[in-house]
Amino acid sequence: MIAVKDLNVTFQNDGRSIHAVRGVSFDVAAGETFGIVGESGSGKSTVLKAIAGLVAPSSSAVEVGGRTAAMRRSRADRRLMQLVFQDPYASLHPRQTVDDILREPLVIHSIAAIDEKVNAAIADVGLSLQHRFRYPHQLSGGQRQRVAIARALILKPPILLLDEPTSALDVSVQAEILNLLSRLRQSYSLTSILVSHDLAVVAHLCDRIAIMQLGRLVEVVSAGDLRAGTVNQDYTRELIAASRGFTRAVT
Amino acid sequence: MSTPLLTVEDLNVSFPGRGGVTRAVRNASFTLGRERLGIVGESGSGKSTTGRALLGLIPHPGIVTAKTMRFGGDDLLACTERDWRRLRGRRMSMVMQDPKYSLNPVRKIGQQIGETCRLHLGSSHKDAERRTLAMLEAVKIRNPDVVYNLYPHQLSGGMGQRAMIAMMLVAEPDFLIADEPTSALDVTVQNEVLRILDDLVRDRGMGLIFISHNLTIVSSFCDRVLIMYGGKIVEECAARDLQNAKHPYTRALIAAAPSLDVRRAELATVTRDPEWLL
Repeated sequence: MIAVKDLNVTFQNDGRSIHAVRGVSFDVAAGETFGIVGESGSGKSTVLKAIAGLVAPSSSAVEVGGRTAAMRRSRADRRLMQLVFQDPYASLHPRQTVDDILREPLVIHSIAAIDEKVNAAIADVGLSLQHRFRYPHQLSGGQRQRVAIARALILKPPILLLDEPTSALDVSVQAEILNLLSRLRQSYSLTSILVSHDLAVVAHLCDRIAIMQLGRLVEVVSAGDLRAGTVNQDYTRELIAASRGFTRAVT
Repeated sequence: MSTPLLTVEDLNVSFPGRGGVTRAVRNASFTLGRERLGIVGESGSGKSTTGRALLGLIPHPGIVTAKTMRFGGDDLLACTERDWRRLRGRRMSMVMQDPKYSLNPVRKIGQQIGETCRLHLGSSHKDAERRTLAMLEAVKIRNPDVVYNLYPHQLSGGMGQRAMIAMMLVAEPDFLIADEPTSALDVTVQNEVLRILDDLVRDRGMGLIFISHNLTIVSSFCDRVLIMYGGKIVEECAARDLQNAKHPYTRALIAAAPSLDVRRAELATVTRDPEWLL
């Protein structure tokens, strides 16, 4: 469904160039949930943005549904995949109601029966119709992330990209959102890529997981291997150990 | 643990507002010896407010009341602003969550840490510099003399947090509150910062209150844990027994967190009972 081949992304900043993603390749099968973990600055979000067409790779290397994705995405390309961002406080327009937010993609893509679709999307993510005309500041963090997910899914895209969808949320709210995501994934047979710094979250939701460090893909392991610790690279082992909590011994 | 460093009985913090009084902390009682005490809870549970109340940092119009609030020989309830200034920085300190917002962006790291020494210890410029460099080294910063002359924006998150810890510890306080000190950091850096705090508790006999929302870190790092919900301490237990906690809220929190060890098809969600607040 998604094939990334030798992806390179370089940012120019003040005459310096930063090589954020260095030769990353992986494939995601249809219906699969693929995870990318790494620490800050590892380039995990940049990979996701390059797939979504939000940053330009220095070599075009992304294939979606068998076709090479152009640098400039068409409207049809955008209907293939939608993105959910990390911070639900920053990714929803503060002066638009939930109704405005959910309506916009439908209007852009000239889709009929807007009213029913908005209502269905609200119900789909576990909100009730009383939330439809509220502003983001009148919603809790978890409810806002539900709105962001509803906005991403309202075009019924086959691919959903998730950039740290729960890291701004409390544990109990995170559990609700993760349950919602795995339910939606099944009912719409979504292909998705989940980027997170939290190994436990990625292992919970994903089938295969890529570990990234400093722009490079360290290795790809299955969720089972990640849990069991049967991994090949030292860096992955270090990450797993660190995620299991504090240890006095110097690693 | 003969006499506790800190004794708190029936601490209440409330904020009057248009819609009535918000009770941020309700009847919290606990003691702290020379140990690592964890406070866990979700956002809005009152864990940071508890920490701030202990340092006298509740802003107007917040109201702090308690039956007892003693730190060493001082009655914190009777403290004037002048007394607080004598205590804060010198004998008690707080490390905030995000170094980006708590360091002064236009002053060099060395100057900021040195200022603490000059204000609280009356050090000369030269002595302050010596202490600062030694402290930067103690928090495992590799090139203290380089970092001394850097501005906060030139440091990474982990380095910034270490600089913050250095600033809070240079006056050698007896009691430190660390408010989510590792939440903004990567997991591999997080362990290094925790190890520094751990060394300080062991070597200097400091009392540490560690505020966090992360159950894994708290149960592996602290000695004792308080679980807060809606401003109330709902449970207190030894950190290693956290997995066997009794209160339904604590149990629900543990079940809601995805784990690397156990495969769960669906995560449990927290059903809140209004009785927990009674």
